[in-house]
Amino acid sequence: MTKKTILDRRGLLKGAAAVAGVAAGSGAVTGFPMIWAQNIKNVTLRQFGTGVSNLNDIATRCKADTGITISMTAMDTDAAAIRAITQPNSYDVADIEYFTVKKVFPTGRLQPLDIKKIKYYDEIVPLFKDGKVTPTASVGQGTAPCKVSYVEGANSTKFAPSPTEWMTLIPTIYNADTLGIRPDLVGKPIRHWKELVDPSFKGKAAIINIPGIGIMDAAMTIESLGLWKYGDKGNMTKPEIDKTIKFLIEQKKAGQFRAFWKSFEESVDLMASGEVVIQSMWSPAVTAVRSKGIPCVFQPLEEGYRGWGGGLGIAKHLKGLERDAAYEYINWYLSGWTGAYLNRQGYYSAVLTTAKKYMSANEWGYWMEGKPATAPIMSPQGQQIAKAGDVRDGGSYYDRIGHIACWNSVMDNDRYLIQKWNEFSVA
Amino acid sequence: MSTTVDTAAARPAAGATRTRAEGRPLGAWLLALPLALVLGVFLVIPIIMLIVVSFLDYNSVQILWSFVLSNYQEALGSAVTWETFAVTIKYAAITWAITLFLGFWLSYFLAFEVRGTTWQMGLFLVCSIPFLTSNIIRTISWIPALGRNGIVNSVLLHFHIIHQPLTFLLYSQFAIILAFVHLNTLFMVTPIFNSMMRIDRTLIEAARDNGAGFWQTIWNVVLPLSKTGIGIGTIFVITLVMGDFVSVSIMGGGQSASVGIMIQNEMSQLQYPAAAANAVILLAIVLIMVFLILRVVDIRKEL
Repeated sequence: MTKKTILDRRGLLKGAAAVAGVAAGSGAVTGFPMIWAQNIKNVTLRQFGTGVSNLNDIATRCKADTGITISMTAMDTDAAAIRAITQPNSYDVADIEYFTVKKVFPTGRLQPLDIKKIKYYDEIVPLFKDGKVTPTASVGQGTAPCKVSYVEGANSTKFAPSPTEWMTLIPTIYNADTLGIRPDLVGKPIRHWKELVDPSFKGKAAIINIPGIGIMDAAMTIESLGLWKYGDKGNMTKPEIDKTIKFLIEQKKAGQFRAFWKSFEESVDLMASGEVVIQSMWSPAVTAVRSKGIPCVFQPLEEGYRGWGGGLGIAKHLKGLERDAAYEYINWYLSGWTGAYLNRQGYYSAVLTTAKKYMSANEWGYWMEGKPATAPIMSPQGQQIAKAGDVRDGGSYYDRIGHIACWNSVMDNDRYLIQKWNEFSVA
Repeated sequence: MSTTVDTAAARPAAGATRTRAEGRPLGAWLLALPLALVLGVFLVIPIIMLIVVSFLDYNSVQILWSFVLSNYQEALGSAVTWETFAVTIKYAAITWAITLFLGFWLSYFLAFEVRGTTWQMGLFLVCSIPFLTSNIIRTISWIPALGRNGIVNSVLLHFHIIHQPLTFLLYSQFAIILAFVHLNTLFMVTPIFNSMMRIDRTLIEAARDNGAGFWQTIWNVVLPLSKTGIGIGTIFVITLVMGDFVSVSIMGGGQSASVGIMIQNEMSQLQYPAAAANAVILLAIVLIMVFLILRVVDIRKEL
C-alpha cells in the first residue's frame, strides 16, 4: 500500500491539477475526510528549526507533492530552543533536537503526537523507540532520543521510559559526530579524541562554543587521555564540571586552541582556510569543505561518536484542519524523498526503507553500507564530494550509529555549567 | 547618534521652558510630548522591565515570579563577572585612546589644513564611506586579510620579512582592538571636526602673533576649544565598545569575553534574569562613566 502511494505520486506529479489529486488520494489512505484533504493544499504551516534541515528545497518539494505551504525559519540551536519555549504561538511545527525536547516538552508548548496517524511509524528506526540500533548495541550516555521520545498520554508532559502511543517528536534526522581533520596538514594518523589537545596541533585546534556540546567533546578528550572517567558525560556532577573546565582553561592558556566556533559557517571557514587542522565538526561542514576541493575527513575515533537527533513536533495551539495538515506533512516527510535528501548530506533519515527507494544503488552503498562508490557521489546541490572508489568516513550506518558513546544533552547542572563555561570564555 | 544629541538637547530646552512656563505652558508640554512618548515607550518602559526581570528567579526553562536577589549575588560574587568587566573596560580604554589620537589629528587636518569648505566636507564624507556597509560585514572582512594564510601574512612571507605566519593578527586581542578602532574612529572624528570648525580662526592667528609655537597653540587653544567634541566622541566610543558582543566574538574567535558576550550566553540558555542583572550592572557602569565625562566636559556649551 505504501509503495503504491509513492508510485501514484510520481505518476501524478506531472500536472498542476494533479496536486489536488495527490492530497485527496493520500487523504483517503490515512482516512481523513475528503473535504479536509482537499482544503489541505491551502494550508500554510509555519516551521522553525536549525539550519541543518530547514531547507527551501524541502519546502518546495512538499508544496509540489502535498500542496501544503511550509514557511521555514532557520536559526541556531540555542535560538531554536528559545523560540520553542518563549514564542509558542509563533510557529505550528517545531523542527528541534531531542536534547532541546528535554527542556521544551515539560513546559507544555508542544502536543504529543498520535502514532496511529503516522503512516510509517512501524518503519521508524529502533533508535528512537527502545534506543538500540542493533539488539546488542548500548544506548549511550546523555540525552539519548529514546529517553525523551514518548510521553504518558495525549495531554501528558511527563516522559515515559518505554514506548507508548504518544510521541514528543516524530524523528526525522540524526547523526554521529566526531572530529574533522585536514589529512594533508595533520601529518600523522588520527585515531583518538586525545589528538585534539596534542601539542603538535598547538594553536591549530578548535572546539564548538555551545556549552552543552563543547564540554562533551572535552569529556571525550579527557577520557581518551585516560585522565579520569565520567559517571555520565551527558549529566556531569558539579565536581566533574569543575575538573573539565579547569582542564579546558589549562589548554586554552597553553595556546592549544585557535578559535571556538558557534555557527556552521565559522567551522567551515576555519577548516578551509587552514587556520585549524583538527576540530569539533558537523558532517555537512566536512562536505562543504570538500566541495571546495580541500581535503577534509570526518575522522572516526576509537572512543566512539557524539550523537544527536532531531524531529518534528506540533505546537499546542494547532488543531482541526491545520493539525491534519501537519500530520500529512510529517507523513510526507517520512515518505522517502526528504530522507534521501538528508542521507545524501551525510545525515541519516528516520525511516530508511522509504529513503532507499529514492537513492541509487551506488548512493545507498556509499552512504549507508560503507561500500566503495562505483561512480562519483554528488551532493544534493550537484557538487561532486567523492569519486568512484572512495569510501565514506567511518563506514556503514551500523558502524557509525552503533558506536555512539554519548548524546547531546541538557544536564541537571545546566545552570552551573553555563556559569563555568563563561569562566572558560574569560580565561 | 542623533538620539543622544536629541536627549542632550532636550535638557536645556526643558530648562528654558521652566523659565517661560507661565507664558504658554500647554504649548510647551505639547511640544515635549512626542519625544517624551518615544523615550517612554522605547527607553523607560523597557528599562523598567529589565530591572524587574533582574530580580526574578528562574529555572532552566522559564522565569519564576518570585523576588530574589540571587541574580545580583551570583553576578557580583563571582570573580568571572569582575574579570569580564575588567576585560571589557580594558578594550574600551585602549580603543578610546587610539580613536582619540586618530580622531583628533584627522579632524585637525580636515579643519585647519584643508582649504575651502567644499574640500573639507568632501573629505569628511570620504571618511564615512566605510559606514555604507554594516558593522558585521566590516568586521568579517578583516578575516581573509589577517588569517594564517591571509593577505598580510602572504605579503610578508613573500618579501621574506617573516618566515612563519604571524598568528597574533587574527583571533587575538590585537584583532579585537583593530576592529574596534576601525568601527569607531568616525564617531570620534565627527564631533571633534564639528568643534574645530567652530573655532574662531583669529584665535589661532592671535596665538601665533603672541609667539606661540605649533604645540603651544594645539595645547592651549585648539585642545581646550575641542573639548566638547572630544567629550561627545568619548561617550560614543565608550558606550559602543562596552556594549559590543559581535566584534569581540568574531575577531576574538570566541576566545575572548566581553560583558555583551556574557549576557548573550546567558540569554541563549534562557537565563533571562541573570542576563538582565548583568545588563543592569553594565548600564550602571556605563552611566557612571558618562556622568564622569559630563563632569569634565560641558557638552551643553556646544549645543
